[in-house]
Amino acid sequence: MSEKAKLMQGNEACTMAAIAAGLEFYAGYPITPSTEIAEMCSEELPKVGGKFIQMEDEIGSISACIGASLTGAKAMTATSGPGFSLMQESIGYASLCEIPVVIIDVQRMGPSTGMPTSPAQGDLMQARWGTHGDHPIIALAPGNVKECYELTFRAFELSEKYRVPVVVLTDEVIGHMREKVVLPDPANYRMPLRAMPQSPAGYKPYAADPNGGVPLMAPFGTGYRWHCTGLFHDENGAPSSKPAVASTLLRRLNLKIENRVDELADYVAEGLEDCDLAVVSFGSSAMAALSAVRRSCGEGYKVGMLRLKTIWPFPSALIRRLLAPAKKILVPEMNLGQLAIEIERAAGCERPVIRLGKVNGDLFHPDEVFAAIKEAL
Amino acid sequence: MAEFLSYFRQDRLPHIWCPGCGNGTVTGALIRAIDKLGLDKNNIVMVSGIGCSSRAVGYLDFDTLHTTHGRAIAFATGVKLARPRLKVIVITGDGDSAAIGGNHFIHAARRNIDITTIIINNNTYGMTSGQASPMTPHGMLGTTAPYGNVEYNFDLCELAKAAGATYVARATTYHYVLLEDLIGKALMHKGFAVVEVLSQCPTYFGRKNKIGGAVDSLNWIKNQTINIKAAAVLPPEKREGKILIGELHRGEKAEFTQQYLELIARVQRTNPTYARNKGVPGCELNSD
Repeated sequence: MSEKAKLMQGNEACTMAAIAAGLEFYAGYPITPSTEIAEMCSEELPKVGGKFIQMEDEIGSISACIGASLTGAKAMTATSGPGFSLMQESIGYASLCEIPVVIIDVQRMGPSTGMPTSPAQGDLMQARWGTHGDHPIIALAPGNVKECYELTFRAFELSEKYRVPVVVLTDEVIGHMREKVVLPDPANYRMPLRAMPQSPAGYKPYAADPNGGVPLMAPFGTGYRWHCTGLFHDENGAPSSKPAVASTLLRRLNLKIENRVDELADYVAEGLEDCDLAVVSFGSSAMAALSAVRRSCGEGYKVGMLRLKTIWPFPSALIRRLLAPAKKILVPEMNLGQLAIEIERAAGCERPVIRLGKVNGDLFHPDEVFAAIKEAL
Repeated sequence: MAEFLSYFRQDRLPHIWCPGCGNGTVTGALIRAIDKLGLDKNNIVMVSGIGCSSRAVGYLDFDTLHTTHGRAIAFATGVKLARPRLKVIVITGDGDSAAIGGNHFIHAARRNIDITTIIINNNTYGMTSGQASPMTPHGMLGTTAPYGNVEYNFDLCELAKAAGATYVARATTYHYVLLEDLIGKALMHKGFAVVEVLSQCPTYFGRKNKIGGAVDSLNWIKNQTINIKAAAVLPPEKREGKILIGELHRGEKAEFTQQYLELIARVQRTNPTYARNKGVPGCELNSD
């Protein structure tokens, strides 16, 4: 079977990628602008023997996903800002207990109910720090419909491999925009698989290298009879409040992701080697930004572009290196500077970082970014 | 005795519960009911939330899931729907199930999902040292109701029944034989089964309300209850103010996960060639 071109929207692409990755369980609650994902899962999952359930709220949705994942099923939910906020406690549970789960957050204007049908990128920090305590998380940000497919698939690979919740951070524009997408040839798929222990004899559910190791996960209902708790726990899964146990666990969980920041980094760079100004963006804002950057180059300005596809863990060292030639940095984003703060931290000491935040519910027009580029230069 | 010890993770004992607590009585009744039914240990998943009662699962030798506060039934819903062959048992408390988790409780009942839910109702938040709960009776004391509780408590069994649960029973830690029997029946029931267990918290609820120690608390529970069969032949004035115990409700309704499996079979019959990476919706741009 060959590759095929399809016309589809971002939300559809996320769903199709999830099913291709082996999605077996979806629990969700209706919320604009993510609802198409739930609707499509309700229709498509039974065809492949998977399960869909519409829960009573987003807290129940993420909880049911974690329960399903514990039995070995690949599980996903999709939501937007308000629902993502409700999920945070259980996302922390999944981080601590190391339960794979994928969360699609189709961002909309907030805080609160905000503007439900307008795009925004204000969940960048919520994706990182929404739940309490230091915790590992991965967040990927597709910049077009094709990447919705690719990065959702990758979200399952990473979530299963590192036993960590992975957030796919799209937005209303990416989620609802229709584009021509050439899907990868199914023959090239390698469905993500979870590493499993060989035998219940001597199984320790949380035994792993303290320097960021990933323990083997036994599915519930297969004879391992292990204990999963949101309390700090030792390698046997037994609750513990011993300082050494708590510290070892929390450090391992965070090292699991921090140690792999280079491997997880994903970006698209253009013309950064020799530029007076670097534009850094992500998601749908980056579409307008790239258009403006190319126009600037056409008019003789030396402008480069960096689009981040992996947001968390934040690849600080890489960004510092990539942005080294730039004299100034411009960060267009649909929030008041959440990415810019990180860019300032990573690469801001030697050059100004100009925030171009847009929070009126409109997406960026290339002209706006172009005007900002000219002003900065 | 020895055969019941094998159901425990003995390396996790002793437990954290106070002397005189009812949680051990309920845990013991659950283990004996499982043993009597001969259920396969490897086929059971026990799920709990947060609170004293929810610590029970950590001591038991099954696949056990100690979740976030109030969400045990939602996690259990995921376990059961993903793997309907598993026997899923929730152990929860009155705060966990009736306050923070009330929504999941009524919706699981509405779906009639095959989960056995045992609610240990000690009328208070024991883990946080005795605050008023949705099951603290009107007028009684808690550390957050120092002048007497002005709120009213739920009738959890009526709530479960109204929401659609198909097996509803109430027992107490005083009526041990009844408790074990009702848990066994709940485990055998195919559908959402609720057993509310009136239990004692002598440390906080008993002391705050000057009920006395564990034995006084058990008698306090006993004196408020009346078996539904005995109540049926008593005049109304003798039943006044009493809490019914026994099997309170059995309903007939198809079970949720079973229906979902039938839905899958139906859908797959009409889409026989569908495959994960083939059946892609969206508009075809080329037909080759």
